[in-house]
Amino acid sequence: MSAQVETKRAKRQAAGPYGKVGQILNELDDRLGVAKGGRTFLDKIFPDHWSFMLGEIALYSFVVLLVTGIFLTLYYVPSSAITTYHGSYLPLVGQKMSEAYASSVNLSFAVRGGLLMRQMHHWACDIFVGSIVVHMGRVFFTGAFRKPRELNWTIGTTLLVLAIAEGFLGYSLPDDLVSGTGIRIAYSIILSLPVVGTYIAFFLFGGNFPGTAIIPRFFIIHVLIIPLVLLGLVGAHLFLLVRQKHTQFPGKGRTENNVVGSPMFPVFMAKTTGFLFVVGGVIALLGAFAQINPIWQFGFYDAARISYAVQPDFYMGFLDGALRIWPAWEFSAFGHTIPLEVTLPSVVLPGILFTLVYAWPAIERKFTGDNQLHNLLDRPINRPKRTAAGVSVAAFLSVLFIASSTDVIANFFKVSLNTVLWDMRILVILVPLIAYPVTYKICREMQGFEGAGKRKTTNVVTRTADGEYVAVPAPVYVDDAHHELDALPIPTFVVDERAEEVSTGVRRAER
Amino acid sequence: MSEHDQRTPVAITGLAADDPHLQPAARRPELVEQVIAVLFVIGIILCLGFGVAYWQNWAPWTLGATMGGGLSFLGIGLIAWGKYLMPRGPFVEERHTLANTEEDRNAFAAAIVERGGSVIKRRKFLGGLLGTGVGIFTVVGAFPLIRSLGPMPKGTLFHTDWKKGTYLVDITGRRVNVSDLAIGSIVTVFPEGKQNTDNGQAVDQTVLIRLSNENYTTKKGRETWAPQGYVAYSKLCTHLGCPVGLYEQELELLVCPCHQSMFNVANGAMPTFGPAPRPLPQLPLMVDSMGYLQSQSDFTEPVGPGFWERHS
Repeated sequence: MSAQVETKRAKRQAAGPYGKVGQILNELDDRLGVAKGGRTFLDKIFPDHWSFMLGEIALYSFVVLLVTGIFLTLYYVPSSAITTYHGSYLPLVGQKMSEAYASSVNLSFAVRGGLLMRQMHHWACDIFVGSIVVHMGRVFFTGAFRKPRELNWTIGTTLLVLAIAEGFLGYSLPDDLVSGTGIRIAYSIILSLPVVGTYIAFFLFGGNFPGTAIIPRFFIIHVLIIPLVLLGLVGAHLFLLVRQKHTQFPGKGRTENNVVGSPMFPVFMAKTTGFLFVVGGVIALLGAFAQINPIWQFGFYDAARISYAVQPDFYMGFLDGALRIWPAWEFSAFGHTIPLEVTLPSVVLPGILFTLVYAWPAIERKFTGDNQLHNLLDRPINRPKRTAAGVSVAAFLSVLFIASSTDVIANFFKVSLNTVLWDMRILVILVPLIAYPVTYKICREMQGFEGAGKRKTTNVVTRTADGEYVAVPAPVYVDDAHHELDALPIPTFVVDERAEEVSTGVRRAER
Repeated sequence: MSEHDQRTPVAITGLAADDPHLQPAARRPELVEQVIAVLFVIGIILCLGFGVAYWQNWAPWTLGATMGGGLSFLGIGLIAWGKYLMPRGPFVEERHTLANTEEDRNAFAAAIVERGGSVIKRRKFLGGLLGTGVGIFTVVGAFPLIRSLGPMPKGTLFHTDWKKGTYLVDITGRRVNVSDLAIGSIVTVFPEGKQNTDNGQAVDQTVLIRLSNENYTTKKGRETWAPQGYVAYSKLCTHLGCPVGLYEQELELLVCPCHQSMFNVANGAMPTFGPAPRPLPQLPLMVDSMGYLQSQSDFTEPVGPGFWERHS
């Protein structure tokens, strides 16, 4: 017994104080010099604020997209070649359709887990784009894009543009009736570009619409080219985040020169890994219970057929709405035509919008003359002009989004389409114009109000014997009180050798 | 050494092991631990359930429910572990300015401007040649990359497969006779032989509507285009090229379901509502001796949405 303990101790001592793990790390450090940087990485502090989670949703839905997407590529056939369907979905049996559509239906019904993977992929995409937009809103309204983080704002905006493009391409691949109509519209939009439009359209589609080149081309852009760029940019986005460290809201002990919160290892790692599981889990539940894009109901694409109430995914909604409500302003002169009713809402409008987004940090710097480094975040009410501008643009986009359902609205509320159309044309100008001053005013009012946005305590009203009423704020309920300790630097956790001796001694004695 | 020190013997450099920063945030950690254990167990059961559902080939929703539920329970448990049972902190990290000293910056800039610049300044001629070469390569290299992608547009967008004397057929390839359609009916037609081709469906598609029993004039100069009340219009919306698939018979309006452009069939398909800028091109029709409908010619203008080369 004693000899056994002795050999164990000898072994432990030979391995050093941190055993096998320590040995492996030492071998790694000999070769790569990871100890110092690794420690710094494990010590990276993440501020504890819920709004920092929005970007994580985007990141983790991207992970789900990659995994489910790889699954789908194993069964999807990117080809416009005509085939006769002989699968398990009876209404389509014996019909002629493209390989792309047939394989999409097949992977939904004949491949075990295929339908779930397809629906998860579609849901993950909607969540990906949506969470990017909301994350961007957080960064915008709190001023997190300011110097030194303008570059990351630019990368993030590019990620959004690519995500939208990627979503549209993926939506097009099944070659069903609805997505085929979407491609037709995209072709017409490209065609509308002055001078070069017809050439770009013919080169991209390998000829006049529809041709047979577009499905395989969209496929390779969707599964290889854009994902590669996305992966690279996501990496750059995260690298800059680590390099420049997180922003944080002002608060106890928080300054421009520090970050307060939880360390990467183990606290943040546990929380964020758990969150990855939850995002994946919620997407799986959506894929299980919320049907999305039932392509077998739409039927295969046939350029001469169309279905009613055709609508794209939500992130395309603002473009579709703009196309619906823009007046028919075709410009035609000198033997040339510019279909402004297409070019303006679907090319120029998003062009201006994204240019504005890209340029915003520079625009704001120009107006405020503020060239300082900022690591503490703004509360939106303290930057009323920026907040009002953001709300105004969001209102503009929301009206355009609603305008993408003019026909559905007219049917639902039993009003004429004409009324809905003109209402939208007026609202799209009016609502942003009203949103700006209203938001500005609300911010100003909230600034002047002590404790705005904070939880209020109860007032206890008592009546004295003389009949006088006295209101006294009740003490803070114990669970509401936010006790935060002063932040400390992370301890090194290096084990004191002497204490170790004591420890083993104590344990042996206990046995 | 006190009793307390013996129970927590691992001393941590810089901080006592019983420091509140290192304690869990939960007031009753044992309870939280039990709850998390239950979450994990449910998660494990659901993950096993996923395996069973897959193995037994149950309905797709059972796969999603077990996988989604399993992942969610494991995830919530792990988050709770991190939030309530790990050191509550907060901890702080100093933020050091990323900018380097004036000296380092100057050295860096000098390396580029002086060291590199001196070489280029002295060899301007070589630099110019190299620049020209790279420029030429970029332009020439772009040609196969872009030019090979597709054919030149040329006149493609100006023509369809309709010619003089082409018979109108429906999607099954059956010729359309004047006796086929009742007044107010509509059918999609294609040039004979093209009904199953990509171009036939995407470009040549035409709607044939019977408005009356007699020759019909939709517009001045089109007196002979609609024999026995049959009018034919390109089915491609002039807005974005969707098929104008809906016909409102009472108002004689063709409606595009994409962006709700409406075209007055009786009046040369003039757009009456929505974003479409131009009327749908009309196909001139004639009737052969057997009563079958034919086209007099191609459309007299390009079909579909507008583009740069189109002369109004």
